[in-house]
Amino acid sequence: MTNSWTDIRNTDLVVIMGGNAAEAHPCGFKWVTEAKANRGAKLIVVDPRYTRSASVSDLYAPIRQGTDIAFLLGLINYCIENDKVQRDYVKAFTNAGYVVKQGFTYQDGLFSGYDEAKRDYDKSSWDYEIGADGFAVVDDTLANPRCVWNLLKNHVAVYTPEMVERICGTPKDKFLKVAEMVAECSSPTKAMTSMYALGWTQHSKGSQNIRAMAMLQLILGNIGVRGGGMNALRGHSNIQGLTDVGLMSNLLPGYLTLPNEKEPDLNAYMSTRGFKPLRPNQMSYWQNYRKFFVSFQKAMYGSAATPENDFAYDYLPKLDVPGYDVLRAFDMMHQGKINLYLCQGFNALQAFPNKQKITASLSKLKLLVVMDPLATETARFWENHGAHNDVDPSAIQTEVIELPSTCFAEDDGSLTNSGRWLQWHWAGGTPPGEAKRDTWIMAQIHLRLKELYRGEGGAFPDPILNLHWPYADPGDPTAEEIAQEINGRALAKVTDTADPTKVLAEAGKLLPGFAALRDDGSTSCGCWIYSGCFNEKGNNMARRDTDDPDETGAYLKWAFSWPANRRILYNRASADLNGKAWDPDRKVIEWDGAKWSGYDVPDIAPTAKPGEVGPFIMNPEGVSRLFTRGMMRDGPFPAHYEPFESPIVNPVAPNVRGNPAARVFEGDFRQFAEPASAEFPYAATSYRLTEHFHFWTKHVVVNAVMQPEFFVEISEQLAAEKGIAKDGWVRVWSKRGSVTAKAMVTKRIKPLTCDGKTVHIVGIPLHWGFTGAAKKGFGPNMLTPYVGDANIETPEYKAFLVNIEPVSGPVA
Amino acid sequence: MFPPIANPSVTDVAPRFSEKDLVRRSASTVPAPAERLTEVAKLIDVSKCIGCKACQTACIEWNDTHPEVGVNAGVYENPPDLTPDMFTLMRFSEWENPETNNLEWLIRKDGCMHCEDPGCLKACPAPGAIVQYSNGIVDFVHENCIGCGYCIKGCPFNIPRISRVDHTAYKCTLCSDRVAVGQGPACAKACPTQAIVFGTKEEMKQHAEGRITDLKARGYANAGLYDPPGVGGTHVMYVLHHADQPELYSGLPKEPRISPLVEAWKGITKYAGLTVLGVAAGVGLLHHLVMGPNRVSDTDEENAERLVRSDRHDSA
Amino acid sequence: MNIELSRRAFLQTAGAGLAGTTLGALGFGDIEAAHAAAIRSFKLANTTEARNTCPYCSVACGVILYSKGDLRKGEQAEITHIEGDTDHPTNRGTLCPKGSALLGFVKAPTRLQQPMIRKPGADKFEPTTWEDAIDRIARLMKDDRDQNFVATNNDGVTVNRWITTGFLAASATTNETAFETYKVVRSTGMLVFDNQARV
Repeated sequence: MTNSWTDIRNTDLVVIMGGNAAEAHPCGFKWVTEAKANRGAKLIVVDPRYTRSASVSDLYAPIRQGTDIAFLLGLINYCIENDKVQRDYVKAFTNAGYVVKQGFTYQDGLFSGYDEAKRDYDKSSWDYEIGADGFAVVDDTLANPRCVWNLLKNHVAVYTPEMVERICGTPKDKFLKVAEMVAECSSPTKAMTSMYALGWTQHSKGSQNIRAMAMLQLILGNIGVRGGGMNALRGHSNIQGLTDVGLMSNLLPGYLTLPNEKEPDLNAYMSTRGFKPLRPNQMSYWQNYRKFFVSFQKAMYGSAATPENDFAYDYLPKLDVPGYDVLRAFDMMHQGKINLYLCQGFNALQAFPNKQKITASLSKLKLLVVMDPLATETARFWENHGAHNDVDPSAIQTEVIELPSTCFAEDDGSLTNSGRWLQWHWAGGTPPGEAKRDTWIMAQIHLRLKELYRGEGGAFPDPILNLHWPYADPGDPTAEEIAQEINGRALAKVTDTADPTKVLAEAGKLLPGFAALRDDGSTSCGCWIYSGCFNEKGNNMARRDTDDPDETGAYLKWAFSWPANRRILYNRASADLNGKAWDPDRKVIEWDGAKWSGYDVPDIAPTAKPGEVGPFIMNPEGVSRLFTRGMMRDGPFPAHYEPFESPIVNPVAPNVRGNPAARVFEGDFRQFAEPASAEFPYAATSYRLTEHFHFWTKHVVVNAVMQPEFFVEISEQLAAEKGIAKDGWVRVWSKRGSVTAKAMVTKRIKPLTCDGKTVHIVGIPLHWGFTGAAKKGFGPNMLTPYVGDANIETPEYKAFLVNIEPVSGPVA
Repeated sequence: MFPPIANPSVTDVAPRFSEKDLVRRSASTVPAPAERLTEVAKLIDVSKCIGCKACQTACIEWNDTHPEVGVNAGVYENPPDLTPDMFTLMRFSEWENPETNNLEWLIRKDGCMHCEDPGCLKACPAPGAIVQYSNGIVDFVHENCIGCGYCIKGCPFNIPRISRVDHTAYKCTLCSDRVAVGQGPACAKACPTQAIVFGTKEEMKQHAEGRITDLKARGYANAGLYDPPGVGGTHVMYVLHHADQPELYSGLPKEPRISPLVEAWKGITKYAGLTVLGVAAGVGLLHHLVMGPNRVSDTDEENAERLVRSDRHDSA
Repeated sequence: MNIELSRRAFLQTAGAGLAGTTLGALGFGDIEAAHAAAIRSFKLANTTEARNTCPYCSVACGVILYSKGDLRKGEQAEITHIEGDTDHPTNRGTLCPKGSALLGFVKAPTRLQQPMIRKPGADKFEPTTWEDAIDRIARLMKDDRDQNFVATNNDGVTVNRWITTGFLAASATTNETAFETYKVVRSTGMLVFDNQARV
């Protein structure tokens, strides 16, 4: 989230699209109902199903799953056509005036530089023209036909209300009503918020779904302001934290990236991470990258990381591919290329697409280790549960070790919510049986490995032997110790660069924040964006002061928000070019002639003059990007692509199948249904119900009572067509698998008309499996395709094709 | 937002109301309390309800009930009905509004309304099995309950349910144990959107007014408060977007009133006094023991109607 | 802990109207010594509180764990009830249907109690000890790493990677677990490393 849950109270218009906040985040949704009740805010819900969010909306518009970009570009087109743009904001705070290189084109659904064989682009033409001064060329008048604004105008022109209706199935009058309400928020005194979640990410073009809305929000001037923003509701309680701390193949903590094998040393690594400003005077905060990186290496390897050895640069593994994400990992496993796999609280068998492939992959492992508080399906993938897990245990040679871990109620520590608040929690109960904290388990594995390497030697033992392990009890680090390590310490006295007489931190002390980080090895810091979370003032994540001056929803003294306890990202953009709030009633920070101050921690140097330094300090441009240069694999603008399995052929680019830059493994393509397939005529989507939390609540009797049994949702029309009775049984199958379920026949799903064709929607909720208190059932991953988003490889769970027929019910 | 009630204290606190605050006791009389407690009420704003069932789960957790894992019956209601282990239930109805052609998903939290004029209590033949406090809470006292099921017949909202385990009647207590220590009901505390709020009845009516104004501004011309006079008003009230058609909300009665049978009981007591009640209770218990929990037959009801009519005639 | 202080601070600001409204209204008359027959005694009396956050979704609602026994005094603590924390700015005491039923997660019959091992081809788990389980895991990790570690690529560049073993991190563990896990996993050179955010 750019903003926070409690900030939603300040909005005028909530757009829930690509999510279902009322069901998936009910207590956060309270701030929507508050904004409605107290500010007269309106709620728009755009979804293939009339959801529980829709049940309290002011306007509901149906949409076919997988067509959000067409809808959003349609809204941008509407705003531009009708001059509903916050002009001053767009001109000053976006790259609208930046001139794009000759050679950049978009035609027939493809951007310049496409290589069909590689399913990838040469992105060199997706960039700005650079002037003789070394800076990007900008036309402030927006007259240059090659400036971003004019390219964008042309790019979105095809997405007329008629085209939106044709692609999305959204009736034109509904779309126009949405457009009118959204367009009103181009006023500097009106703010709209976007609340989205997996409904946008779980697509082969998930990243571009989100970009499209971010672009709309920029055009409306809604980024950085109270009640505005791009608010990723996110999934699990610490999905934000796990991402921040970088537990991904290609990441280091704090969104630094792991080196690849073309970067043999630190200099080569830093050469592409210099982030030279693209415009004069810009902060381009990533210029501090080296400080963050060196401090991280010091946290990892302590005294073994020295200037002489490039701060142990060689200890880091180097990537040969963009990343070993889970889809790649399981594809490798499927090929027998992975021997051991450790799952820490993650139910892979239920969570990854194409369950048959997952089962086959796990069956090829030598060892699977599962650490979990609960008895998961993954740990039992080899157990036969009839139709619900049809395997032969004797044929599966994988050794499985299941380790009992504690749950939230039995350990201390911090979680980062979607609003970037790091909140500390305290244990309240004794763990069951022999269950152990994850911190203990990981320490034991490390110490045992270290002992083996110390005794036996082996392949490159240095990083294991030299891993910094500064805990009082090495076998059982405490949460406080690790939190301090994450925050960072001064290893030598750190002084202010501008005034060396001013000491920021004495040697051995905790650092006040990331501004004190140095690149000479004098500081250590596990995750730079978290620095400040546990400093000499104490554990700031444990703060519980609810003071909130003028009830802005900032709660600056509650817990700690990264970065630097800032609650609204890009909050400098809440003020105009002179530093005055665009909306005086919604002030966040203002310039008083000498410095920035207000209700939040300014997201800019406190003395950076308003006219000179742009608000988007992480970008070398200082402004936000409507055109992303070469940063995304599938294009600098979003474009409509159909899902890999779609009920119609792409109306704007008939020759392009799916997202042309999405990675598809060999073998998986053969398991996709053809576009407009007669064999699989229905458009399916999967989702979670409010009564459940993924697979965990299967283990909770009360939640099992609330929604006990697997079902699928279909319209009355489809039910009539297929002779399916409400409460009857159905079989649903895709090119990859088949499930049986109860039928929920509802008015909340209606057939759509797309490109002249009736499209029926089949809704498939996620929760069931074969362990726990709920009735045994199937997961949607029995049916879903093995393909991910082009940029981040999130699987396409939201749009695929199935067939359906009535059946007599399961054989007991 | 509506100011939430502070976290409960874990120190032992004496309850704030008790026997001396009873205004009614089934099949018996109580002395009028010295002073009437401020009336409390739970307000359920259907227009803010997201049907998440937090009220149901919070109710189960607080009251330590143990409903069974059922099946899917092609609907969102689970369990399918109120049970002795499920005191409250979200009921879902899909309605296409003929005026707007828009679908509306009307979701109502069903449960005891805590009537000012409680039909259950009036129907109950077992002395002290149902009590009403002067703050408006209608509560069941299980050790006095004979499981005859007359409370179900007496209830204009079809709420109480008889347990097959201990053969006594169960329903929402308005979390009397929580209210007694200054807390609100568990469902109201949990409700994510504050669609359920709890306070004094006056305060709830005022809060409802604000909600109704907001709904009218959003085009719900018939938005209104459901506090049916036929049962003397209730201590659980609804804000409805279509207050002119409460039936849309899974059959919420438009003009609920106490069944004539119950009025008949009143008639009998008028003539025969409490001795009859004692006998009736005995008969009820016997009947229950032999036949199990009972519903009143149509014949009974006809007889009752006759009795009521004659009662009215006699009184006139 | 500063729970009481912060609660007061909260009431003085956002919850200011409270004393005059609901709470005041419920303070009816004399306090009786005993509950009426129908009124249960308040079940949270004499329990110990711990402030926590809900482990399910990323709203991260504040919850209070009520237990018999006090963990901080070194006692066995059995959690008996979980309810929303009214002091928490986001949820203000409310909880969704999952959060309201958290006790059932903590006390689920399917909570794991001890390390188990399933041998190749077996149709059931057998109990094992922590000692044996960790030994076995470390042994197999080392053997696989020693056998498959790639120190340099074909161009002779030092790459120090290990891609025949993978690690899948969670999404509900703490940041502290996450960082320690990062250290342990990355120090081995593992690249097949991902977390739930991917899905």
